[in-house]
Amino acid sequence: MAEKLLEVKGLKVRFATEDGVVRAVDGVDFDLERGKVLGIVGESGSGKSVTAMTLLGLTRDKNTRFEGEVRYRDQELLSLPESRLRDVRGNEIAMIFQDPMTSLNPVYTVGDQIVEAITTHEQASKSEAKRRAVELLRQVGIPNAQTRVDDYPHQFSGGMRQRAMIAMALSCNPDILIADEPTTALDVTIQAQILELLDRLRADFDSAVILITHDLGVVAEVADEILVMYAGRIVERGGKRQVFYDPQHPYTWGLLGSIPRLDRPKPEKLHSIEGTPPSLINLPQGCKFRPRCPHAFEKCMEEPELKNRVESPGHFDRCWLSVEDKRRLRESTIAGEARVA
Amino acid sequence: MTEPQTQNGALVAIDGLKKYFPIRKGVLAREVARVHAVDDVTLSVAEGETLGLVGESGCGKSTLGRCIVRLLEPTAGDVVFDGKSIGHLKARTLRPLRREMQMIFQDPYASLNPRKRVGTIISDPMRIHGIGDRKERKRKVEELLETVGLSPEHYNRFPHEFSGGQRQRIGVARALALRPKLIVADEPVSALDVSIQAQMVNLLEQLQDEFRLTYVFIAHDLGVVRHVSDRIAVMYLGKLVELSPAEELYSRPIMPYTEALLSAVPVPDPDLADQRERIVLEGDVPSPINPPSGCRFHPRCRYATEVCSQIEPPLVDYGNGHLAACHHPLNVDRETLARVQASPAHTPEAADETALPRDPGKEVARPVPRPE
Repeated sequence: MAEKLLEVKGLKVRFATEDGVVRAVDGVDFDLERGKVLGIVGESGSGKSVTAMTLLGLTRDKNTRFEGEVRYRDQELLSLPESRLRDVRGNEIAMIFQDPMTSLNPVYTVGDQIVEAITTHEQASKSEAKRRAVELLRQVGIPNAQTRVDDYPHQFSGGMRQRAMIAMALSCNPDILIADEPTTALDVTIQAQILELLDRLRADFDSAVILITHDLGVVAEVADEILVMYAGRIVERGGKRQVFYDPQHPYTWGLLGSIPRLDRPKPEKLHSIEGTPPSLINLPQGCKFRPRCPHAFEKCMEEPELKNRVESPGHFDRCWLSVEDKRRLRESTIAGEARVA
Repeated sequence: MTEPQTQNGALVAIDGLKKYFPIRKGVLAREVARVHAVDDVTLSVAEGETLGLVGESGCGKSTLGRCIVRLLEPTAGDVVFDGKSIGHLKARTLRPLRREMQMIFQDPYASLNPRKRVGTIISDPMRIHGIGDRKERKRKVEELLETVGLSPEHYNRFPHEFSGGQRQRIGVARALALRPKLIVADEPVSALDVSIQAQMVNLLEQLQDEFRLTYVFIAHDLGVVRHVSDRIAVMYLGKLVELSPAEELYSRPIMPYTEALLSAVPVPDPDLADQRERIVLEGDVPSPINPPSGCRFHPRCRYATEVCSQIEPPLVDYGNGHLAACHHPLNVDRETLARVQASPAHTPEAADETALPRDPGKEVARPVPRPE
């Protein structure tokens, strides 16, 4: 059994705002083992980014309340003082942000920014750090790394900036790499390159990766385990094959059905999940997906818990429907044919 | 399926369109170089058709879209809209035509004025073109809001009160306000979540039937385009490299670039994803200031041979309205090849045949310019 790096238990994050309390994350549990890729999937506002940022203490604020436990090796990250957390952040847990255009500082060269990351955490001379920066850029596939290291971010293309971000994140050999929508702002061709790179680096650096995305297609290639999040909770959790081949939650079906598939004949109409995600201030009663769920019935007024309902262990979901009903009902949605009334 | 490349019945005919942006330097602002954003593109869009325009960032697809609605003036060539040449019209003469063609933009956060109410945003085009009085315009806006799936009560709200998908609907309502014939949608769904993308795509399709619209749908992702397009044009570095009826492009792409784009679309099926060989295009699109010689795709192409770096392949018609510009066409059988070769024109001495893809059934075609 691989080393367990991260253990999240009953994580809740609430923000006090003028309009009321936003329950951004409402009871999330998961584990992460070394060398594994965990995919977190959900729409905007499902709490996936807040979960990731909380791990690094990036959501700390006087208006934020946390509950639960985030255990990284033998440290409790939620209660760790900021000064100690700073040693973990970037050094042992690193993050890649969505938008490579805004997450690099435009007035420093790419090399300087990587050097800064290295010298902050390690006793390395500037020239030594620079040498490592060049090596990292080469590893992430930047051509002419030796000269490009002195370029400014605006001289890089979108794909190259994202590579530079990854190089920076890897600079201290982190145990955990959190990639928050790393490919959303990029072309599909560049997305393919970046996913390939993440997969290779996971093997080379033996890190664990948390990959956050709204596109199930992206995690199909690289993830080992998948969490599907909706309205701040996990609605389905399981191994990649379990979630893709035996999806249990209607929300997962909807996500699967709304991807335009090139490997299948073109459906008459794309399936779409009607409506929008609920307000996190006034959550609906019972199952949070109920108002948008075409299969909702009376029992859904009560919230189902996340538990193992299928035969295979390690596959959890939050839906009252019986497993047989689910297997019968889901096909049309996933095929993208269902016309939801 | 729509008739290929006929000039009659076409709502938009683009003829040899070029758009170069000058790069100026020094006190005298001398032109030192040019960005070849769109380089000699000829195509037409039939009435009621949806043309998908696909390519990576920097391939000129947005510039082409903007030239079609004349937000940009082409450097050379012409755009014929509904029988009228509009490529070089003056702003004043162009104005009445603006009603007929509208645009939907990519970023729903940047394309709506945050200080205006939704009602004003949607009714402004009507006010500018002097349509109806205030009351009538309000009634129309409420109607439009309902058409795009919002509620008439949203009339007095500000854009920040809406989610990304809802904002994009406002953008669609604004484009529809003048009842245009043509809508150029520039990456209308790229900024949205996958689940919301599907809603938008379905909405656009429904509106097309309802208002008999013609779309030019610009995207970098071949997945979404398949669902809306009748025909698809693939662009690379300012050039049109393949033009095909939509389904055919997916079943038998001819240009290796198209093949690579197709393989880059993620498949939501772990087993299939593992099995399939993915063609990862190395590097980025080269600079359009100094595009590569010959076929512009050759530095990234896995089938490239010497001829590709020397001679620019012409667009060849392989039948059924499927055109491609390539020295090493994929998925072209012997028969099609013979037919193509039988045409009178000839290309310069072609490919090094040993370097071609050797899959059975994929024969080597010697590219010949499109017969006039």
